[in-house]
Amino acid sequence: MTQETPLLDIRDLSVHFHVYGGVLKVLDRINFHVLPGERVGLVGETGCGKTTTMKTILRVLPSPPANIPEGEIFFQERDVLKMSQRELVHMRGQGISMIFQDPTAALNPVFSIGQQLTAVIRYASPENQNLNKNQLRERALQALRQVALADPERLLDSYPVQLSGGMRQRVCIGMALATQPGLLIADEPGTALDVTIQDQVLRLLQNLVEQRGNSFILITHTLGIVRQMTDRVYVMYAGNMVEVAPTRRLFTNPLHPYTQGLMDAVPRLTGGGISEGIPGRIPDYMDPPSGCRFSSRCPHAMPVCSREKPPVFQVEEPADESHEVACFLYDDAQKVSNYKAEAVPV
Amino acid sequence: MSDDVILRIDNLRKHFIVGRKGIIKREPITVKAVDGVSFDLQRGETFGIVGESGSGKSTIAYITMGMYLPTSGTITFNGRDLFERGDRRPLDLRKEIQIVFQDPGSSLNPRRTIRQILDLPLSIHQPEKDRLTEIIRLLEMVDLPPEFMHKYPRQLSGGERQIVAIARALATNPSLMILDEPTSALDVSVQGKVINLLIRLQRELNLTYLFITHDLSVMRNLATRVAIMYLGRVAEVAEAEHFFESPQHPYTQMLLSSIPVLTEAEEALRPAQIRSTGEIPSPVDLPSGCSFHTRCPQVMDHCRHVDPLMVPIDVTDSDHIVRCHLFEQANGQVQS
Repeated sequence: MTQETPLLDIRDLSVHFHVYGGVLKVLDRINFHVLPGERVGLVGETGCGKTTTMKTILRVLPSPPANIPEGEIFFQERDVLKMSQRELVHMRGQGISMIFQDPTAALNPVFSIGQQLTAVIRYASPENQNLNKNQLRERALQALRQVALADPERLLDSYPVQLSGGMRQRVCIGMALATQPGLLIADEPGTALDVTIQDQVLRLLQNLVEQRGNSFILITHTLGIVRQMTDRVYVMYAGNMVEVAPTRRLFTNPLHPYTQGLMDAVPRLTGGGISEGIPGRIPDYMDPPSGCRFSSRCPHAMPVCSREKPPVFQVEEPADESHEVACFLYDDAQKVSNYKAEAVPV
Repeated sequence: MSDDVILRIDNLRKHFIVGRKGIIKREPITVKAVDGVSFDLQRGETFGIVGESGSGKSTIAYITMGMYLPTSGTITFNGRDLFERGDRRPLDLRKEIQIVFQDPGSSLNPRRTIRQILDLPLSIHQPEKDRLTEIIRLLEMVDLPPEFMHKYPRQLSGGERQIVAIARALATNPSLMILDEPTSALDVSVQGKVINLLIRLQRELNLTYLFITHDLSVMRNLATRVAIMYLGRVAEVAEAEHFFESPQHPYTQMLLSSIPVLTEAEEALRPAQIRSTGEIPSPVDLPSGCSFHTRCPQVMDHCRHVDPLMVPIDVTDSDHIVRCHLFEQANGQVQS
């Protein structure tokens, strides 16, 4: 394991939602970290808590109903959960940028692209507030040029409706990078686009992240995209992190039964039929199973699985390739105690 | 061979008028959603239509269902013209063609129980039968427990709802099912179950599927023949196996190379040299000549002015046809 200080470090984070009729225990003691310059994928199906995790990092979850009973989130070694409003504004302005799934909803329809871009640049940091109109415009043009949009001058005066879906997403990417963020989060950046356009946008994003050496979190349910764009992958199921591994390794040797089922379920271009998928459905967050949340759907479930929550096991491998899985099937492997604690010098 | 044709679509066009232009607003602005599409469906096959948004694939489905009248062209079903009486399609013809929509959340009435949902098509098409036994039989056929008939759609998961939608389509005992992106709203882990159910039902009931999707990987595992559509026209038609082994049309190659894949073996199937470029043109203002010429890596001067014809890729293989100038020349055919 590397001794580098993570840029983002989530430890034992739980998030609950208090709703009419009970408490939804959505995130269940998750651990997650991103090293500087690392490209991390977060994979899981609808409702597994991917977006909740990211919203918690940005502190944009409405509270109530959201409630964080335990856990810590360190961004640049400061605890996000203890930040003042002022520090939060600073973090959202310069620290972390996010690209959303639906560019149409992310852009305001009644302001021109130029107005929205300059506003983002202007409020990103206190020194930018002193920029004059021309400097702001120049920065906005720069942002549009780097996302390979033709004729950026005209675009500044256009409105989102005048652009195609692919162009809108490029504008969003330009906007997210205009503030020079330390960490870029992309939440399903290509899902709302057509396949050929998605390919263009993702390649652009990949090139920009590589050029700038940005830390990058990619949230998606499409395994193929994660394989193409990340160094390390977290697999999430029903509010639990079930497996973490370097991308290459995860795709050649998935260990958790859920990851295996998920990979099996993806139809292949090479043919050979489609597997039945994973039986059953995601558990009710109001009353999740007491043991492993996947146990009711798991083909390898053992008695212990429904009693105890599986700890994280480190699979014995070359030391630089840390492959961790939360499943009792790997009980004989070395148990990781105090998960990640040594990685952060406090 | 021609006896086996269940559905024949011949030179189908559907133009929507979306506005007016000109000084006195007389000149219509039209979207050519479907512009001269022809193909046959053999009985018992799964014919896949793949295309991006705006390619006209759903419009074809809706016309076949009778939701729109075609602007021109004909559709014949078992030899009968589907539009012989305009939009007033006889009941016995309606029951033969059924559709499953993309989003079961909005295609099932949230205020009806599953029993009521399944009862409606039965009451119209088979009023003489014992409908309760029939509902139980339908649920059994799709592997759902009979208790489900007392539930409401919101009590079911996405996959189960789509299975109910399939059962509803089966209620009239159709011979042709139109599947309009039946799994795109579902998670991968449940997608397989729905697709395998469809495959089993097809085998048991000798159904013909018109399967519409934008997911080529799903298509690979399900379709017997595939048509690729681009801006209201068919770009390429081929047997599925052949199609994935040797895609010919530059657009097809671009589409295949854009798919994110999981394994090395799949990567080898993708034509790597074709990178996706350019924007999909607006359907209101289609480019002249071949509509793909603005994005085509192999564009020739010819393509900008002359619309290509559908031609077989070689003389020996008449099942694999492509709309591209590259192959007209290879065939030695003279362009009119």
